[in-house]
Amino acid sequence: MYRETIIDFEQGCKCLEAGVSELKRILEEETSETRIDPKQYLELYTTIYNMCIQKHPHDHSQRLYNKYHDIVEHYAKKTVLPCVQQKHDEYLLRELSRRWDHYKVFVNWLSHFFNYLERFFIPQRNYPSLLEVAMKSFRDRVYLEVQVNAKDVVIALIDKEREGAQIDRELVKNVLNVFVQSGMGTIEKYKEDFEMFLLEDTESYYARKASRWIQECSCPEYMIKSEESLRKEKERVIHYLHSSTECKLVEIVEKELLVSVAKHLLEKEHSGCSALLRDDKVDDLSRMYRLYHPIPKGLEPVADAFRIHVAREGNALIKQAQDAAANGSLVEAQVLVGKIIDLHEKYMVYVLDCFKNHTFFHKALKEAFKVFCNKKVGGSSSAELLANFCDSLLKKSGKSDEAIEATVDNVVKLLDYISDNDLFAEFYRKKLARRLLFDHHKVNKEHETIMITKIKRQQGGQYTSKMEGMVTDMQLAKEFQKGFKGSLTAKPGGIDLAVTVLNTGFWPSYKTSTDLNLPREMVECVEAFKSYYGTKTNQRKLRWLYSHGTCHVIGSFDPKPIELVLSTYQAVVLCLFNNTERLTYQEIIEQLNLSHEDLVRVLLSLSCAKYRILNKEPASKSISTTDVFEFNSKFTSTMRRIKVSIPPPPIDERKKVVEDVDQDRRYAIDACIVRIMKSRKVLPHQQLVSQCVEQLSRMFKPDIKMIKKRIEDLITRDYLERDAKNHHIFNYVA
Amino acid sequence: MPRTASKPTKKRSKPYTVTSSDTDPVPSASSKTKKSSKENDEKYKLFNKYANTSSGVIDPEGIEKLCSKLKVSHTDIKILMLAWKMKAERQGYFTKAEWRRALKALKVDTIKKLKKALPELEKEVRKPLNFADFYAYAFRYCLTDERQNCIDIGTICQLLDMVLGSTFRDQVDHFVDYLKIQNDYKVITMDQWMGFYRFCNEISFPDMTNYSLELAWPLILDNFFEWMREKQA
Repeated sequence: MYRETIIDFEQGCKCLEAGVSELKRILEEETSETRIDPKQYLELYTTIYNMCIQKHPHDHSQRLYNKYHDIVEHYAKKTVLPCVQQKHDEYLLRELSRRWDHYKVFVNWLSHFFNYLERFFIPQRNYPSLLEVAMKSFRDRVYLEVQVNAKDVVIALIDKEREGAQIDRELVKNVLNVFVQSGMGTIEKYKEDFEMFLLEDTESYYARKASRWIQECSCPEYMIKSEESLRKEKERVIHYLHSSTECKLVEIVEKELLVSVAKHLLEKEHSGCSALLRDDKVDDLSRMYRLYHPIPKGLEPVADAFRIHVAREGNALIKQAQDAAANGSLVEAQVLVGKIIDLHEKYMVYVLDCFKNHTFFHKALKEAFKVFCNKKVGGSSSAELLANFCDSLLKKSGKSDEAIEATVDNVVKLLDYISDNDLFAEFYRKKLARRLLFDHHKVNKEHETIMITKIKRQQGGQYTSKMEGMVTDMQLAKEFQKGFKGSLTAKPGGIDLAVTVLNTGFWPSYKTSTDLNLPREMVECVEAFKSYYGTKTNQRKLRWLYSHGTCHVIGSFDPKPIELVLSTYQAVVLCLFNNTERLTYQEIIEQLNLSHEDLVRVLLSLSCAKYRILNKEPASKSISTTDVFEFNSKFTSTMRRIKVSIPPPPIDERKKVVEDVDQDRRYAIDACIVRIMKSRKVLPHQQLVSQCVEQLSRMFKPDIKMIKKRIEDLITRDYLERDAKNHHIFNYVA
Repeated sequence: MPRTASKPTKKRSKPYTVTSSDTDPVPSASSKTKKSSKENDEKYKLFNKYANTSSGVIDPEGIEKLCSKLKVSHTDIKILMLAWKMKAERQGYFTKAEWRRALKALKVDTIKKLKKALPELEKEVRKPLNFADFYAYAFRYCLTDERQNCIDIGTICQLLDMVLGSTFRDQVDHFVDYLKIQNDYKVITMDQWMGFYRFCNEISFPDMTNYSLELAWPLILDNFFEWMREKQA
């Protein structure tokens, strides 16, 4: 409808003010009727509308805009603020909340009235919107005045809630909304005027709690409390804090409750990490992991405590064994290694379960084991003990394949922890040789192969090549033997001969029995095999190891004939008595050409041990060079066949193995140094040493001094030279 | 010089030939001036005074005679320096060419003049550049066999004393003590020999604060260092 009358500005304002007063009244009464009379609303809207579209100079848009600003200012300053300022504590918050709600409604209605401005005038002039103006007024007139007090009250309430009281969460939420909105599109006001103080307060609150709890509570109790506190704080955020506060809040709680007391907590004497591991408190350990996992670097002290505990347990085991050894009891390899394996399995369960397979804990376990797995017990290195363990394991008959596999798996894991791998290989090889040669009827080929295959998988083919060669040799020897047997038309010397040919490269080195004088029958055997072998192979030299052979001899004793299972040496000695009844020591040694040590051992086993095959004069317990021996025709036994055992030579096998390995290491270091220098041509000393250590680490931990010595040796042999300008750099000499 | 006439000479792998054409870049006869040939004659005359007539070289006996004439002990470092100047190849023997080489370089042709020239020679040798070369030469000179490349501890101790005794008394004394009591090494190689010289030059003594076990010092010096530290503790 086109109006002719111009609305005068003052006129319009009067109308406006009436409407505003009406609004205020309605709000004040807080009746459910927060609706302005539609007629009045329309009148107001139209008045303003008309005032805006009137032609110049009656176009009052700008003045109306200013008027709007005045209205909201006035309301904020004169109505809202005084009401709020009057109150304290929680009442302050209530009043603020109430007034804030009113203000929003107020502004909302006003914006309806002034809608025309909003749609056309404001965008045209690019002025702040009506809402923005209103918010700014609220912020400047009300918020800035009361925010400090409000903040204090809110924080006090939060602390109350932390102590267990119930608070009006909606109220707090609403009040905090004021803070947020006062940021005018940014979160800055909330952060600066509230969040910062909340975080400070939280920090000191939990610091206090932490220091109290750590004194009063056991580790599990403390952890439960911490978990609870974290849960509650997160809940708090959901209910009334701004979501951006969550991570900061959680970080502070974690820092105060978990990080700063970590050491104290984990090392608590009767309930700390150690005790939990000891008492198998799976739940508590899982909780520990859960709590520390989200904290950056939080798991490190836990993993450390784990490592220390495991190392302590392991060291205790070792010490026990060492003490036992010092007191004279044998170092029972089976027992000790078995215990170590059990320990490993036990703690692996923790790593997988409670610690969720985390790499830190795998690493901690590995490092702990490395610490004590390399200690010597009673003069034996761990490499030797492990080899002995494998030996007993493989000698045991009646174990299923699965059982063997499981144990072998554990053995191979332990091997990984031992730094002197090459030493293990050497000991293992020696024991394997003995098993294959002397106990071959007891050898379970499948089990041997399982062991070697698993070791190969971890250590590489080169590591196990000799062992594999040995096992294959036995197989090949059997087949070759078949061929040999087939070729014979008659038994050489009337003896059933079985020969095992060993490939020198694979087997440990054995001393050959020099020029042993065999009885005629055996010589025939040797010759027969030699010629057969010569036809089947090309230009290979056979070295006969009589020291490692076995002989079955029928002893024709008076009571009854008995089959004797002997070593070749023993058999050869006895065969002498086929020709004469009595022999002196000197005669025996001259006729046979055995070494003194060997002969003494043989004679002991035949005349002074369990079975008296020979009678000795004088009948003392030891052999002297003046003794005389006689065939004991009266000898008998209930059994038809007996094995006359002979103890192995007392050469310090361990010492020899260590020496051999040392020699091999020297070659390995030499080769490594030359290889590195050949590719790098020029290298400073320190780098050469560290590269050498790295390359050899798979096999053993090289001694730095040994490396230095090898370098000097290589200089003398003209493989390397010192650089003329800098004597700490080496050049490769092509 | 450690070798004296009383020591039995070792069998040598390289037979000594007494020919007039010694392995030496000798200017051909035609380019020789009358003057230089006269000078050479003088030197040869002097040479013959001390040389063994049958072998044609100055042998240990001759050297002892020479030493007494020069009024220096045959263990004096100056004789070794003279040998160095000669580039003498064999310990205890001077060949004609070697003799001529040294005397020509020193510009002397009589014993008197030679005696006077010795202090000058010492000064020259002690110059840092020359001394390193001389030091290495001293080692090679003591090698008795062509195939040999190391010297026994006893000889080394004496040699160290002679060669470095005046300049690095402290180091030599301690090191010699150490060498005598240690068991790791029975002989010393050239590398270790040179290493010790570097040690004396680079490492402050006896505090040895700038020594490091991490560097490429020969192992024997590392052990010496640790032994010294133990003593000092």
